[in-house]
Amino acid sequence: MITIIDYGLGNIQAFLNIYKRLNIPVKTASNASELKDVEKLILPGVGAFDWAMNRLNASGMRELIDELVLEKNYPILGVCVGMQIMANKSDEGELPGLGWINGKVSKFPDRRHVCLPHMGWNDVHPKTGNSLFHDLEKNSRFYFLHSYYFIPENEEDVIAETDYFGRFPSCIGRNNILGVQFHPEKSHSWGVQLLKNFAGM
Amino acid sequence: MLRPRIIPCLLVRDKGLVKTIKFDEPKYVGDPLNAVRIFNEKEVDELIVLDIDATTKGNEPDYTLIKNLAAECRMPLCYGGGVKSIDQVQKIVSLGVEKVAISSAAVINPELIAEAARRVGRQSIVVVMDVKKTGLRKRYELFTHNGSKSTGFRPDDFAKKMELLGAGEIVINSIDNDGSMKGYDHNLVSQIRKTVNLPLTVMGGAGSLDDMGRLIQEFGVLGAGAGSFFVFKGKYRAVLISYPSREDLDRLFDSIINSGK
Repeated sequence: MITIIDYGLGNIQAFLNIYKRLNIPVKTASNASELKDVEKLILPGVGAFDWAMNRLNASGMRELIDELVLEKNYPILGVCVGMQIMANKSDEGELPGLGWINGKVSKFPDRRHVCLPHMGWNDVHPKTGNSLFHDLEKNSRFYFLHSYYFIPENEEDVIAETDYFGRFPSCIGRNNILGVQFHPEKSHSWGVQLLKNFAGM
Repeated sequence: MLRPRIIPCLLVRDKGLVKTIKFDEPKYVGDPLNAVRIFNEKEVDELIVLDIDATTKGNEPDYTLIKNLAAECRMPLCYGGGVKSIDQVQKIVSLGVEKVAISSAAVINPELIAEAARRVGRQSIVVVMDVKKTGLRKRYELFTHNGSKSTGFRPDDFAKKMELLGAGEIVINSIDNDGSMKGYDHNLVSQIRKTVNLPLTVMGGAGSLDDMGRLIQEFGVLGAGAGSFFVFKGKYRAVLISYPSREDLDRLFDSIINSGK
């Protein structure tokens, strides 16, 4: 079953509502004993990097999630800061990240006339034929709300890009590990399609 | 391409939805959750919900309502009303709200903005500025408590201060234009746009899609908020929730881009 990691961050209910409407079985896990019957994981997030890492470390789920993702290779989708904490480190915080995908999280450069945070609906351009973007190859837009973004060490880990005064990676992935900077749970039909695609992977 | 955001702003009072004129004469327009469901179907860009009782009555935010709103909303939600402490900010974010709006508490305790931004990230901290023209020279001044308390602050100075402290967005609300449906106060927006580099959302006065178009034409990508425009129809102000179609919005934005802005 799709299991949403509930570590007190992000809009859990919005994910649940979408999957319920799609008739796709879904549940949440807020402790290690609830991480059973897992087929796929979603790591949501709204907030600052260190706060997210602290909450995840304190949840008692960290070790088991590491095992499910890194050893058992269950697909996982990180969202917003839930994606950023998959990096090794972030300019936003001091704590180390999960280090699942090599890379770091940096702030958009401070420039005149560049409003930060990057806020609102923007296009997402998939680079590779990743099935996460099935039926979303053209004219799909998603909601963004962030000042920091993930820069993977390996260029091939970039799955999709978005323009905001230059291109930045808006979806990254390596094998079973995927992350999106935008909020599919708040992106109307495009977000629903992406979450449906993830369920079908 | 980042698009301008067209944002319905809903006011909550006694658990019902109301619309005001110059922050006065609240008229009941419906049930908040029902309105959210309609806006879901219309695929709106974003939603702002402000509880206009919470601060004036000194109430705690209504967490049950917030939780229900966040669960129902299929678009990003900004909640405001009665937010005074970092714990409240954190609790509201943990209920699934993307952005928390702070208004009078930002005046009384500016450090709250810095602390909240550190805790939940600046992208989730919105400062709402209610502005009215005052005095013989009709200067802009910041007000709180639904426009009843003057602060003595100039909006541009205050916006700059909030940006430096860590706010992630400024919502500019013109009390003079509220409910008038005669267009936004461009002078006010211009004053603030010159001083801060944050995303702005402008409210107060939108009566048509053209008003929004003019705002975007002049100031580029920002949020164009409205209340009356999305809830009333016709000169008798019949309650009918509406939102421009995506085709109409795309056509409007394309025409603005093509006109060279």
